[in-house]
Amino acid sequence: MGVGIEVKNLNAWYGTNHTLQDINLNIPANHATALIGPSGCGKSTFVRCLNRMHETNPIARVTGSVRIGDIDIYADAKPVQIRRRVGMVFQRPNPFPTMSIYDNVASGLKLNGYSNRRVLDEIVEKSLKNSALWDEVKDDLRKKSGASLSGGQQQRLCIARALAVDPEVLLMDEPASALDPVSTSKIEDLIFQLKSQYTIVIVTHNMQQAARVAEKTGFFLNGRMVEFDATHKIFTNPSDKRTEDYITGRFG
Amino acid sequence: MTAHVPEIHISQPQLQPESPARESQQRVSSAPVEVSAIRKFLLSRSDSVMTDRVFHVLMVLCALSIFSIVALIAWRLVVSSQLTWDKFGFGFFYKSFTDSYTQLPTYWDPVNERFSAVPFIYGTLVSSFLALILAVPLAIGLAIFLTEMCPRVLSGPLAFLTELLAAIPSIIYGVWAFFVMVPLLRDHVNPILIRGLGWTGLFSDDNPTGLGFVSAGVILAIMILPIISSLTREVMTAVPHSQREAVLALGATRWEMIRMGVLRNARIGIVGGIILGLGRALGETMAVTMVIGNTPEIHRSLLSNGASMASVIANEFTEAVSDMHRSALIEIGLALFIVTIIVNAIAQVLVWAVTRGTPSQAH
Amino acid sequence: MSAETFKFRTRMRTLTDSAVTALSILATVLVVAPLVAIFAYLVFKGASSLNLDFFTKIPKPEGESGGGMANAIVGSGILLGVASLLGVPIGIGGGIFLAEFGRGTKFANAVRFTADVLNGVPSIVMGLAVYSLVVVQQKTFSAFAGGVALGIMMIPTVCRTTEEMLLMVPHAVREAALGLGVPNWRSVLSITVKTASPGIITGCMLAFARVAGETAPLLFTALGNSFMSTSLNHPIEALPLQIYIFANSPYDDQHRLAWAGSLVLIVLIVLAVSLVRYVTSRGVLKGAS
Repeated sequence: MGVGIEVKNLNAWYGTNHTLQDINLNIPANHATALIGPSGCGKSTFVRCLNRMHETNPIARVTGSVRIGDIDIYADAKPVQIRRRVGMVFQRPNPFPTMSIYDNVASGLKLNGYSNRRVLDEIVEKSLKNSALWDEVKDDLRKKSGASLSGGQQQRLCIARALAVDPEVLLMDEPASALDPVSTSKIEDLIFQLKSQYTIVIVTHNMQQAARVAEKTGFFLNGRMVEFDATHKIFTNPSDKRTEDYITGRFG
Repeated sequence: MTAHVPEIHISQPQLQPESPARESQQRVSSAPVEVSAIRKFLLSRSDSVMTDRVFHVLMVLCALSIFSIVALIAWRLVVSSQLTWDKFGFGFFYKSFTDSYTQLPTYWDPVNERFSAVPFIYGTLVSSFLALILAVPLAIGLAIFLTEMCPRVLSGPLAFLTELLAAIPSIIYGVWAFFVMVPLLRDHVNPILIRGLGWTGLFSDDNPTGLGFVSAGVILAIMILPIISSLTREVMTAVPHSQREAVLALGATRWEMIRMGVLRNARIGIVGGIILGLGRALGETMAVTMVIGNTPEIHRSLLSNGASMASVIANEFTEAVSDMHRSALIEIGLALFIVTIIVNAIAQVLVWAVTRGTPSQAH
Repeated sequence: MSAETFKFRTRMRTLTDSAVTALSILATVLVVAPLVAIFAYLVFKGASSLNLDFFTKIPKPEGESGGGMANAIVGSGILLGVASLLGVPIGIGGGIFLAEFGRGTKFANAVRFTADVLNGVPSIVMGLAVYSLVVVQQKTFSAFAGGVALGIMMIPTVCRTTEEMLLMVPHAVREAALGLGVPNWRSVLSITVKTASPGIITGCMLAFARVAGETAPLLFTALGNSFMSTSLNHPIEALPLQIYIFANSPYDDQHRLAWAGSLVLIVLIVLAVSLVRYVTSRGVLKGAS
């Protein structure tokens, strides 16, 4: 089961560039939350602050607090521990090229020291089923490499890989933007199914996608969060004029 | 607020066939123990901060060791050449002594422990520059051929052959030069040189062995040619096509296009490649030792025997009896060390300025 | 200009063009010729002396015929083993540092520059330095000293290729590993290095092939040994070293052995270079592009 995320006064910098300014929001557990906004508005930086990936860049800096469940992820824990509890799916599918499909899915566990073969087999199967990839690859698990799949399949493999470590939160940074429409709709179906088990935060450029899968939506602009509300309200009756301008396509 | 907002329906996406979804849902809820066991396992793993730090330190140590190796080499060379440095000072590199019997200048006298590096500096310079004179036109010609004129099908194999040439060990060049090339030169080329160019005073007839500066220059030329050629090719390929097209559009012939469009732009890098070749020639040992004659004297004729800095070290070090002798040889090695560092550094800077990055292979 | 001048100038330009083309082809032939000549000569002179004895017997005393270069082959093997133990880890470690930790820093640039400097040090000077450092301290010529000299020479090549290959691994792959909560050291070793490993191994092979043919650094470190020896603390023979001694001797028998040894050496090196080329041309990284 997922947990909620509480963000207070989050500020982030890349060097001198103040990328995120005073972000405050509460992301509900076991729901899908979409983050929309024009390019460069900071939504990708925001999700990367949620699993402390932002700080892998040497010139990055963060202040403020992010609580996932009952843990302040900056004050109470180390990045490696947080990333084991918060999964991430990236914009471009990035399966490990030298590993088989099986090893890719199991990598989060194997690389962290888990070795029980029987349990790993079950987890791999379960994760691939949860990411709607099992039927397509179940005969080639160890024979095919992760990189030999199609784009849509690779992304679902990455989702399976993220799910295999049983995270509480799943972050998705424009997961379907590099994919064709058929794969995109498959991934959206997935998100719809997964959100009852995990807390999902999805960054998207595609407003229709946000409307389709998320209960709550946040609109980012120029490093600030302009509005955060129920999805249908954002798209039919936004409170802020800037949100309305973006929704109607006046910019972005 | 009456702006028309396009209708966006939140519709239920088509679910996958019901049963598998429900099944996997059920499997999840019916096996919660497994799920949290994984989570428990991962939560119990360490945060690896210590291991990461140790790993980082190890890698830094490896990088630092490269510095320390160079520093160690320099230090040992300096320490072990103290004797001759104290005795001869800087004059080691330019002074000469007088032979008490013949009253002629002499430079290298292990018996009386009088040492001067002059003949070896001379030999190194003469053989290296001879090599450059021979190698540079050929290398550039080869590079031009490979980049601009060669049919696709040939360029791969030819480039590979050039790579092979660079990979042949020095000793094999030396063996071949000694047994094949030197007799060839002695019997067929040297007489022509003596007859045709003897008037310059640079080619005299008094060395029947065929060894000497010319032979050393020729074998060195063969050895440094691949380096100069590869680097020239690299900088030539780095010249953008637009340059070539611009010159062609003006009505140039192919050679003119190469000269003005490519070589002119690449000339800094080509000079860098030549200097790199020079650096290699300066330090080359085994092939030179086998064909230069190993006579620590200075003669005007290019056909006479001589010695280079590297060759005298190779020849005499293991038989050196006195510490002073060894120290002299090590001091020559130190000079070689410093000179090749400077030469290679200049070459690297020039090549880097043109290719703006790491040349894929320096040797 | 007048029509005649134009025609003349055009003809001159065409002639120059043809001349340069001819010269370039000539240059190519002149370059290929020595390679062919060397190889042909070695095969011609050396192949006949390649028999089982060559690989199994040690050299006979001067003047006697027969014998082989077994001690040199074994010696080279031991020297290269010691060299690899020293050169490969430090080289790969340096490469990992340059690609994963020091990217873009001034310190990394200094390391790279120093590695290039080390690469350009003449091998004979390397031998002198190791003599002063190891042989004098240990009061003996030794296989260990020779291995150290060769190992140091391997470092720059291994370091440079490792860095290049690691830089080719897409950043996304590293991010995927970090995003899973894999610690940095594990991500670097098990993911990044593993992905780049074909290329890294190729670099090691290149360095290996290069030092396998080196003679000068061994002249006053390993020194040479007419008998079979496997001890690290005593002088040891090496193939290039033995070739040098035999080529310089006055005896025909030893010349023949020198040619045979040269043939073996050049065949091994050609094989290594060809293998490296084959691996790199087939695409070094499996699917990671």
